[in-house]
Amino acid sequence: MRRLMTGRPGAGAWPLGAVAVAALCLLPVAAVLWLALFPAENIWPHLIATTLPGYVGNTLILLAGVGVSTLLTGVTAARLVTAFDFPLRKLLEWLLLLPLAMPGYVIAYLYTDLLEFAGPVQHALRAVFGWRLAGDYWFPEVRSMGGAIMLLGVVLYPYVYLLARASFLEQSSYLPDVSRLLGRGPVATFFYVELPIARPAIAVGVALALMETLNDFGTVDFFSVQTLTAGLYDVWLNMGNLGGGAQIGAVMLTFAALLISLEYIGRRRRRFYQSATRFGGRPRQRLRGRNGWAATAVCAAPVLFGFGIPALLLVSHALDHLPAAWTPRFRGYALNSLWVSGTASVSAVALAVVVAYARRLRRTTVMAAIARAASLGYAVPGAVLAVGVIVPLAAFDNAVDAFLRARFGVGSGLILSGTSFAVIAACTIRFLAVSIGAVESSFSKVSDSLDMAARTLGHGAGRTLRRFHLPLIRGGLLTAALIVFVDCMKELPATLILRPFNFETLATHVYHFASDELIERSAPGALFIVAAGLIPVIILSRTIDTAARLDSPAAPGPGPVAPGPRPVAPPGTVTSTAAPPAAPAP
Amino acid sequence: MKPKPTLRAIFSAAVLTATVATATTVTVTTVTVTTAAAAEREVNVYSYRQPFLIEPMFDAFTAATGIQVNAVYAKTGMLERLQNEGRNSPADLVFTVDIGRLSDLQNAGLTQPVVSAAINRSVPANMRDPAGHWFGLTARARILVTSKARVRRGEITSYEDLADPKWRGRVCTRSGKHPYNIALIASLMHRHGDAQAQAWLAGVKANLARKPQGNDRAQARAIAEGVCDVGVINHYYLHKMAADDKQKAWFEAVDVVFPNQAGRGTHMNISGMAMTRHAPHRDAALALMEFLAGDRAQRMYAEVNGEYPVNPRIRVGGYLQSLGDFKRDGLDLSAVAANRGAASKMADRVGYND
Repeated sequence: MRRLMTGRPGAGAWPLGAVAVAALCLLPVAAVLWLALFPAENIWPHLIATTLPGYVGNTLILLAGVGVSTLLTGVTAARLVTAFDFPLRKLLEWLLLLPLAMPGYVIAYLYTDLLEFAGPVQHALRAVFGWRLAGDYWFPEVRSMGGAIMLLGVVLYPYVYLLARASFLEQSSYLPDVSRLLGRGPVATFFYVELPIARPAIAVGVALALMETLNDFGTVDFFSVQTLTAGLYDVWLNMGNLGGGAQIGAVMLTFAALLISLEYIGRRRRRFYQSATRFGGRPRQRLRGRNGWAATAVCAAPVLFGFGIPALLLVSHALDHLPAAWTPRFRGYALNSLWVSGTASVSAVALAVVVAYARRLRRTTVMAAIARAASLGYAVPGAVLAVGVIVPLAAFDNAVDAFLRARFGVGSGLILSGTSFAVIAACTIRFLAVSIGAVESSFSKVSDSLDMAARTLGHGAGRTLRRFHLPLIRGGLLTAALIVFVDCMKELPATLILRPFNFETLATHVYHFASDELIERSAPGALFIVAAGLIPVIILSRTIDTAARLDSPAAPGPGPVAPGPRPVAPPGTVTSTAAPPAAPAP
Repeated sequence: MKPKPTLRAIFSAAVLTATVATATTVTVTTVTVTTAAAAEREVNVYSYRQPFLIEPMFDAFTAATGIQVNAVYAKTGMLERLQNEGRNSPADLVFTVDIGRLSDLQNAGLTQPVVSAAINRSVPANMRDPAGHWFGLTARARILVTSKARVRRGEITSYEDLADPKWRGRVCTRSGKHPYNIALIASLMHRHGDAQAQAWLAGVKANLARKPQGNDRAQARAIAEGVCDVGVINHYYLHKMAADDKQKAWFEAVDVVFPNQAGRGTHMNISGMAMTRHAPHRDAALALMEFLAGDRAQRMYAEVNGEYPVNPRIRVGGYLQSLGDFKRDGLDLSAVAANRGAASKMADRVGYND
C-alpha cells in the first residue's frame, strides 16, 4: 500500500546488491589508496624538481593524441557505414572491429620490427636509394610519442566505433529530416543534429579508450615515452617506494575521474534524446564511383593498420615456429586463457546486470555514483591493481586461517590468493567498467512502460528482470561478455603477478619471449590470442548483420542485439529513456 | 497483490551467488591440486627470471632428485605478493635477476638466513649475504661494445671514458632506469662520491646518440646500423646474438671491451636466490639451492645462458672461454643495492631518459 502511494516500484535487494558489487570492486582501489598513505619517503619534492612536469605533459599529450585519433577514426567509420552504402561496406562494417582482438604490446613489437632501421621497410628504401647508414636519410622514429599515439589509436578506436555506430543506427530519421526541411545541408545536419545526439555514446567510447591509454604500461615502456605510469613503476620498483608509487596511482585516478565527470556533465544536459525509434532509420545513401571507393579506402585503412598488417606479420613469424610450438603445454596455456577469460566475462556481465538493474530501479544520483565507483578499477594500471587485489584477498585468507587455527588448531592456508580465483577476480574488476557500460546502454533501450506493465501485473523486480529484461537485452549482454572476453585474453600485468604456480596463459607465454624481443618465438601464442579474440568479434559481427537485416534501429546495444521479442509500446507513448546509456565509469 | 520481497531478495542474491559459486569451484579445484601435490616432494618458487632461462636447471634438478619445482614468473609484484601472503605463503624460494630485488626482499624481512657449507664453498663472499639471506648464482659483466669499423681497440677502456666529450653523439644505452644501469651508476657513486658520479652521468647523457631505448641487444644492433659507436651491455647477450641467425650480424659488428682492467675491474651484477622467511618446504628448498650452486648447474648456466658461474673454480668452455679472463670489480654488492634509490634519482636529475 505504501509503495502504491509513493508511486515507487519496489526495488527489493537490488540496490543493496549494487552497493555490495561496488564495494567489492572498490576494495583493490581502496587498497591502493591505503598504500599511498605510507610512502617510504616523500617522493614529491624530487619528482616536482625533476621528472613530474615531463610525466604529466607526456600523459596529457598521449591522452589528447589518442583521444583525437580514436574519435576521428571511430566516428568517421561509424558514420560512413551507417549513412552510406559503398563497395565492401557490409564486410568492412565488421572488419572494423577486428583491431580489438590485437593486443597492444604485440602490435608495438610488430611495428617496431617492421619500421625500424633493420626492418624490411627501411631496408627496401636503402636498397632503392643506395643509402647505407642511419645518418644518410630521415625516417620517422617508431619508438616515439607519435608512434605510441598512432598504435594505441589504431587498436583502441573500435570502442568508439562500436558505440558510435550503434548510436547512429538508433537515431530515427525524423530529426535530421526536420533539419533538412528547415534548410540545413547534410553536413550541417550531421554536425548540429546527428552528432550531438550520438555524443553520449561517443563520449563513453572515447572515455574507455582513454582509460585504457592511461593504464597502459607495455606500449609506452617499449616506446620509451615517460608517462605517469612509467613514473609510477620507477618510484615503486627502482626507488623501492610502493607507497610513493601508489600516490602517483592516486593522481592517475584523479585524471580518470576528471575524464568521466566531463563526459557525465556533457550528457546530463541532454535528456530524452533517444526516443520514438519506431519511425525507423533512414535508408543508406548510395555512394557511386570514386566517392564510393574513397569511402571504402577510409574504412579499410584502420582495419589494415590495426589488423591486416600486424596479422600478416604474425603469421609470417609464426609459420617457422608453429609446428614446434603446438605442444600439449601450449594447449594447456590456451585452456587456461579460455578458462580465465570465460569465467571473468560471465562474472563481469552478471555483476554489471546487478549494478545496471539496481540503477534502473532507483534512478538516484547515489545509484549513478555507485555504478561509476564500481568501474574505477579500469583506470588503474594492471600491476598496481594486482597489488590492490592481493592486499584484501591475502588479508581475508590469513584471517580465516588464523581463526581456524585458534578455534580448531588446523589452518586453511591461502584459500583465494594464489589461485586462479585471484586472476579471475582481477580481470572481472578491471573490465567491469566495460561490461557496465554495455549493459547500462542496453537497459536504456528498454521502454519504462514495460517495467510498469510487468509490475502492474504483479511481477516483482527479479521476475521482471528474468521474464522481460534479460530476454530483451540478451544481445547487449552477449556484446558485453564478448568484449570483456577479448580484453581478458589480452590481459597481462595482473595475470602475471596473481597466477598460481605453473599457471601460464597465452598472454604470459607471449610476454616471456616478447619482453626479450624474441618475437618469432612469441608469434604462435600471439596468433592464438588474436584467433581466440576473432571468434567473439565474428559473433559480434553476425549480430550486427542480424540487426541490420531486421533494419531495427531499436535493437542494438553498444553493438548489436540478437532478434528477440521487442518491447511493445502503444503508439504515441513517449519512451522516455531519460536514463543515459552506457556509463563506463564514475 | 503484495509482491513477495523474500522471493525477490532470493533471486537477486542468486545472481551474486552464481558468480561466487563459479569462483569457488575454481578455488576448490586449484586447492585440491595443490594439496595433492603437497603430499609429494616439491618446492615452490617465485621468480623474476624468465622461465626459458631457468627451466632447464629446474628440470635437471627434478630428474636428479625427484623433487618437483613449481614456479610463478613475474617481473614485478612478487615481493608484494610474498609480503601480503605472510606466513601462509606457499613460496620457498625467490629468484631474481639483479642484486636490487634480493636486497629489497631482505630489507622487507621476507627472507631467512641459510647456512650451508656447500653453498658457501661455491659462492664467493662478495656475492652472498654474510648472514646467508641471499646468494648469487650467476655473475654478469656490464661490458662495453664498440664498433669494429669506427673505433680503434684501446680507444675506450673504462666506464669513466664514456663521459669524455670525444664520444659526443656516439654512445648508446638502454633506459637509465633499468636495474642493470642503475646498479652501474650505483657502483660509480660508491667509487667517486655523488657529485663526481653525477657529473659523469651528465657527461654520458650528453654523449648519447639517441634517447635511451630498447634492451641490451638493441645497443649492439644500433652500432651495427651506424647509429652509434659505443654501447653498454651485459656480456651474455653476445653469446645469445651469436647463436641467432638474424642477430649474428650485430654480434659481428662489435668488439668487446671489459672496462677498467687497469683499475678496479669490470662492474658485475648477479642473478640470485633467497629462501623465504616462512618457507614450507625448507629441506627441498635447500636441496634446490645447493643443486644450483653446485658444479653441474653452474656449468649449465654458462652453457645455456652464457652467464659466468659465481663459482670461480668452474672452468668455462666455449664462447665464455674465448672472451678470456678479466678483472672483476670486487665491490660488495650490498653497497650497490644500498645506492639504488639514489642512483635512480640521479638519473632523473640529469634527465637521462629525456
